Amino acid sequence: MDLKDLLALKDKELSARKPICIRCCTAAGCLSSRGEAVKERLERAVYDAGLAEQVEVRGVGCLRLCCQGPLVQVDPANIMYEKVTPEEAGAIVDALNGATAKVSRGDPQHPFFTKQHSIVLANSGVVDPNRIESYIAAEGYQALHQVLHEMTPKAVVDELLTSGLRGRGGAGYPTGLKWATVQKAAGAKKYVVCNADEGDPGAFMDRSVLESDPHSVLEGMAIGAYAVGADQGFVYVRAEYPLAIARLQTAISQARKLGVLGSAVFESPFHFNVDLRIGAGAFVCGEETALMASVEGKRGTPRPRPPFPAESGLWNSPTLINNVETFANVPAILRRGGAWFAGIGTERSKGTKVFALAGKIRNTGLIEVPMGTPMRTIVEEMGGGAPEGATIKAVQTGGPSGGCIPAQHLDTPVDYESLTKLGSIMGSGGMIVMDDSTRMVDVARFFMEFCMDESCGKCIPCRTGTVQIHGLLAKVLAGKGTSRDLTQLEELCDFVKNTSLCGLGQTAPNPVLSTLRFFRKEYDELLLDGARPVPSEPVAEKPRAT
Amino acid sequence: MAVRTLTIDNKQVSAEEGTTLLSAARDAGITIPTLCHLEGIYDVGACRMCLVELAGSPKLLPACTTLVAEGMDVRTDSERLRKYRRIILELLFAERNHVCAACVSNGHCELQTMAYTQGMDHVRFEYQWPALHVDLTHARFGMDHNRCILCTRCVRVCWHIEGAGTKNVSGRGTHSRIISDLNQPWGGSETCTACGKCVEACPTGALFRRGATAGEMERDRTRLEFLVNAREKKQWNV
Repeated sequence: MDLKDLLALKDKELSARKPICIRCCTAAGCLSSRGEAVKERLERAVYDAGLAEQVEVRGVGCLRLCCQGPLVQVDPANIMYEKVTPEEAGAIVDALNGATAKVSRGDPQHPFFTKQHSIVLANSGVVDPNRIESYIAAEGYQALHQVLHEMTPKAVVDELLTSGLRGRGGAGYPTGLKWATVQKAAGAKKYVVCNADEGDPGAFMDRSVLESDPHSVLEGMAIGAYAVGADQGFVYVRAEYPLAIARLQTAISQARKLGVLGSAVFESPFHFNVDLRIGAGAFVCGEETALMASVEGKRGTPRPRPPFPAESGLWNSPTLINNVETFANVPAILRRGGAWFAGIGTERSKGTKVFALAGKIRNTGLIEVPMGTPMRTIVEEMGGGAPEGATIKAVQTGGPSGGCIPAQHLDTPVDYESLTKLGSIMGSGGMIVMDDSTRMVDVARFFMEFCMDESCGKCIPCRTGTVQIHGLLAKVLAGKGTSRDLTQLEELCDFVKNTSLCGLGQTAPNPVLSTLRFFRKEYDELLLDGARPVPSEPVAEKPRAT
Repeated sequence: MAVRTLTIDNKQVSAEEGTTLLSAARDAGITIPTLCHLEGIYDVGACRMCLVELAGSPKLLPACTTLVAEGMDVRTDSERLRKYRRIILELLFAERNHVCAACVSNGHCELQTMAYTQGMDHVRFEYQWPALHVDLTHARFGMDHNRCILCTRCVRVCWHIEGAGTKNVSGRGTHSRIISDLNQPWGGSETCTACGKCVEACPTGALFRRGATAGEMERDRTRLEFLVNAREKKQWNV
């Protein structure tokens, strides 16, 4: 396999395209509402209508507006059908001649779609995730070829540094710096690990990327492996994502067969294999040191850093570990240049960010917007605001490590620094909208219960502190709390944040601290004595471990 | 061997490269409180008692796993650290059923001693009173989960000094338990060599020799150190 073969494959795939394409979402959200049956019935209807020569029915990844699934998109007419049932398949095919089908139509010109800027999701909903040829037709693996034949590993890292890409797992560490550290680390054996253990409640960005476009992640990993000098990669994906696992497995075997993974990739001396490791349902395994312990077959508990994985990771070898979305950005950056990427976003947060929009909002689904987009644009324009009769109260970002941003701060641009300033974090991209029916103390208790259940139990502050904080929140919610309990709550939050071993514990108090900061009245109203306790000193923010 | 010079509690200290802050401090006569640390086995940085302040760093660092570096300015004692250490002890007492007056280790317990030395005179947090078992299936030893603080010293000596691998941790969070083999009664364990190193390592009354009275609960830590030194320094070759 060389560039000629790759381009020939691309041309073959493109020339085989039919004039009309019906794209059916086959990501987990739409599949759960009979998306697969819709696709089968569409295929049959096309065949029955004798249109098999003109019409292609393509199973694709996420079409983004998840609340209206199953979604079907017809090209080139640019018609989007929503909540399609298998019975409506015939009507959609009948309408291909220009008639109007009696099927609920979506508006592709809605800000939900037009305000998006796709880099990571560029292929999502376009390529067939089960066919590598479909990815190659979308310029897939060209960046890998270019890197292997035209660039030195250092040049690759420089390109990443120019791009300004920062880790999309939540902490926002500059990706180029991380790559440079692993590249310089001494060691004959190095590893590349992709963290696909997405565990925040309400977050489904990485799942969608893996289900919709697994090859872009594999290509990003291969480029990373070349840059740092690794020959073995692992994707650590949680068992709760069976479809993502299946599609990754298909993608890996197709890539191996074609020679874009394995030995002598693109007839170069570069070797790279990727294996899957399936998580067994522990949130803490998203923490990089716990993740690596789990890959090694040990109990998934974090260990103190330093040493950082870049110096001593898997089996004590230098290890490059990045999140799914980070790797998915890489092929596009190499194809179009770091400077192009750096032109998108804000001064310190470059590129785009994928968010999973969920909660009390009209349009839930997947969005990708340039960094620095005001939260109001996302929630009100794209998301369509709160459902009838409700008003938005707060937006929760960063899951159990993040915080609640109140409605009066909706004009905040979405970037790493602005969100941190508000006591929340960018996180991996979960964005849960809450309306006025939500009690903020409840929200804090929910996330604290999550952290309490997911604490690994290794360090004392996280193991026992979360139990006590949860107990105090439950007491306050039951109407039995006093201002003394609130003071103790703040004291414990400060303690757990500053003394825990890993990111899970260090950020676990964030939902409590941020609701105390913006919604203290709701706590006070629940107290027996109702007196306002003396506020404690604000605590410095810390980034979450990836 | 390269030497590093640093300041601990305003005292100039020199230490070999690769030593931890904890041992550098101890060599200089500065005591940093610890619970999960045990001389002779590797450290895990779990109990957080040994957290220290480092000038220029917003984070607190565990002295047991942080290596010395040139020019470090370390504080091992401050109002803030004392407060955090007391909270750790309070949380431990509230987590399981620690009743010193009715404990075999009364007077020989590191948790109790630590509470005395750190000035923890009462617990402000809700006691959890979990219903926990006592494993008395082993002929010579017993395991009382009510008194376990999950320091994992027993697990570490079992794997890394004895090499038996009997002791493990199961579950997670506050439901973590020290188990034998695949969570079976200790007495039925086929891997346990009944060496008793775990009992010597235990800081509280969780692991004990059966039939021992409170007066006999002193642990022989020198035996563990002796074994490790013998192995690492090849003292049997002399």
